[in-house]
Order: sequence, then C-alpha cells, then structure tokens
Amino acid sequence: MTPGLWKLVLEGVWTTLQLLVFGALLATAVSFAVGVACTHRSRLVRFAAGCYTEVFRGTSALVMIFWVFFVLPVAFGWQLVPLWAGTLALGLTYGAYGSEIVRGALNAVDPAQREGGIALSLTPAQRMRLIVLPQAVPEMIPSFCNLLVELLKGTALVSVMGMGDLTFSANLVRLALQQSAEIYGYVLLIYFVIAFTLTRLMRSLEKRLKASVGRDAGTESAARELKRARTTGVGAGVASGDGVA
Amino acid sequence: MRWDWNAVGDFLPDLWKGLLVTLQAVALGSLLSFGLGLVWALLTRAPTRWVRWPVEAVTEFVRDTPLLVQLFFLFYVLPEWGLTFSALATGVFALGLHYSTYTMQVYRAGIEAVPAGQWEAATALNLPRHRIWTAVILPQAIRRVVPALGNYVIAMLKDTPMLMVITVLEMLGRARLFSQAHFQFTEPVTVIGVAFILISYLASLVLRALERRLVR
Repeated sequence: MTPGLWKLVLEGVWTTLQLLVFGALLATAVSFAVGVACTHRSRLVRFAAGCYTEVFRGTSALVMIFWVFFVLPVAFGWQLVPLWAGTLALGLTYGAYGSEIVRGALNAVDPAQREGGIALSLTPAQRMRLIVLPQAVPEMIPSFCNLLVELLKGTALVSVMGMGDLTFSANLVRLALQQSAEIYGYVLLIYFVIAFTLTRLMRSLEKRLKASVGRDAGTESAARELKRARTTGVGAGVASGDGVA
Repeated sequence: MRWDWNAVGDFLPDLWKGLLVTLQAVALGSLLSFGLGLVWALLTRAPTRWVRWPVEAVTEFVRDTPLLVQLFFLFYVLPEWGLTFSALATGVFALGLHYSTYTMQVYRAGIEAVPAGQWEAATALNLPRHRIWTAVILPQAIRRVVPALGNYVIAMLKDTPMLMVITVLEMLGRARLFSQAHFQFTEPVTVIGVAFILISYLASLVLRALERRLVR
C-alpha cells in the first residue's frame, strides 16, 4: 500500500472514532433518560419509555440509518450533516439497548437503600442522585463495555451511506489495489485494536467506580471463590469464621 | 410529510420476496451458528492449551470486529482464493460464523451451570467420556440455553439488512431497488422498519413461552 492510501485509511479511522465518541455520548444520555423513566412512578411515563425501547430495539440499526439519511430529509425537511445523521441513528438505536442496562442495574439496587433514603426524607431526585445511581453505575459498566464494542461495530454501517469512515475507505483502497485480502485484513485488525483498547479502559473505569463506593472488584471475586470453596468442598459447613469480606 | 398508501401497496410483493430471503438467511445462519458455537465451546474445554488458546483468540477477534467488514472480506477475498459461492451462501456463512462466537459463550455458561454432582455421578458410573457429554451434560446444558440462543437469532435477524451490501436482495435491498425505480423512499423503509418490529416482537413472545417451558 502506498502512503497516499494509508492516509485515506487514517482519515477513515478519524471519522470512525468521531462517530464512536459522539454516538456513545448520545447513547449514554438516551440510556439514562429512558432507563430512569422505566422506573418512574407514573404508568404513562413507563409506557412511553417502554415504547421507545421496543421501537428502537425492534428495528434494525441499518434500517434506522436508512431512515435518518433518506426519510427524515424528505418527510420533515431536515437534512443533517452526514456525521450528525450517523450519530443520531447510532445513538438512538444503541441508547435503546443501553436503557435496558440502566433499568436492570437500577432494579438491582437493594430496596432497603431506597427505603433508607425515604426514611431520611430525601426527595425522589435526591434519592436517585445520591443513593441509587452511585451504586447502580458500577454494575452497568461491564454491560456498557459490551455495548460500546457493539457501537464501534455499528459505526461501520454508515459506510453504506457513503460516509468516509474506516470501512468506506477500505472499499476505496480495495478498488484502487484490486487486492482485497490485504486491506480488509488491516481494517479488521484496526477495529480489533480499538475494541481491545476500549475494553481495557472500561475495565479500569469499573475498578475505579467500584472503589469509589467502597467495593473492590478483585477481592470481591476472590471472596466469592473462597465462599464457594467453603460451602462445596470437603468439610463444608464446618464453622470457620463465616462472613467472608 | 407526504405518505403515499399506493406506494405501500406497490411495495408489498417486493417486501414478501425480501422477507423470504431474510428468513432463509436467518434460519440457515442460526443453524450454522448453533453448530459452530457448540464446537468452539467444546474446543475451549480441550485438555491442551494449544487448542484452547487459538480458539479463544480467533473467536475474540471475530466478536470484536464489524460483521459488515467480515461480509466484505468473505465476499471479495474468497473468490481471490478460488472459492466462489453465491452471495446468499456467503452471507449465511458470515452470519453463522459471527454469531457462533456469541453462541459459544452461551453454551459455555450452560455447560458450567450443570451441577458438579452430575459430572461426578457420570464418572462414578464409569461412562466413557463421549457418553458423559452426549447423555448427561449436553442435554441439561442445551435445555437451559435455548432462550439465550433465541436472543441471538433475533439479533441476527436485525443484522440481515447488511447482506444488502453483498448484493443479496433481502428486505432492505428490495426497498432500495424499489425506491430507485419509483423515487419513493419514505414508504418502503418505514414499512420495513415496522416489519422488523413485528417479527422481533413475535419472536420474543415465542422465546418467552420457550423460557417458561424449558428453564425451571
């Protein structure tokens, strides 16, 4: 490959990264808004949030992208810049998946924690901000990490609309070189490296967030192992200072 | 906003043809992913790490890279290597391979969820190794993972529009052809979106029923 072609690929990487970052920001905002709405007292709010999730999870991401790129301009007269159209489609779609993660983590918080907040006569907003979210967010991180990798893979879809992301520049390079294996091999590798980096970053973020609410990911799993060893191994049930960690 | 019901009516025959292709791709792709996923899951339990390690690495790589690029790769590279398949066969292969790396995780969780006592009892009965797997472990493991596998079938369904890029005329490909012929994009794309919602909703109802029956 010539330097000129590599430059094309690098420009594609830049567009992909931009889409990834903006899409992730929008998806996070949507996830939290819809996910929190799913646990709202009012049945109407819960129903609306549920409808959003079903519609955006039910349609295919690529169909959604087609809709934003082709139907939105014709139907409503909104012609978006390609980067924002891509961000909108990806953010709304993956936000719908994310809202389920948020809802699950909120529900997993011990009900006694909420009751404690009620007993302290905190307002619902204060309970959410000070008690529930700080405990729920570390639980969300592993699932959000998976979703982020899914979003990265989803960014490739905008190339179908002719947006100059990594996959699109790969196609241009293929046309120039007439050799497919080399360029697609490189491109797959680049996606993998980005995904791998994201996974590592999210893992360190999880560790930090867990530490901030007084829990340690490392010792937690070690404690679980210990507990299992004590309850299933030889001599299980022998009193040996229960209540690990 | 203009909405033309005549266009919807004109598009319906195309939608039906596209739907058949989509369902065909999902059915064949899921069967392939169920089979391959089980193979990967069993290989990652192999006694030697020279088998485990490459399988882990390759499946991780496939899982972390976009299906769209994998489709392009197979579609353009396989013919260069002298292997020519139809577009649909290439698409099915890509879907099956991509999702097998997900079903593999599901099978692994299912196998690990079989109580240790089952292994011990099977060993105590002196069953040969392959009988332990086929008669004791797998029947229990697979029963539990059917709903989770079903989730990936729905996910695969929603990924089939990507086959459009390798010239398979599934639903979205038909919509694109239709819009190029009639200059109407709003109706076909919206109809397809609704079709996807309906199919995945129906599929999730089936899954919920299966879950009640299989997972206790």
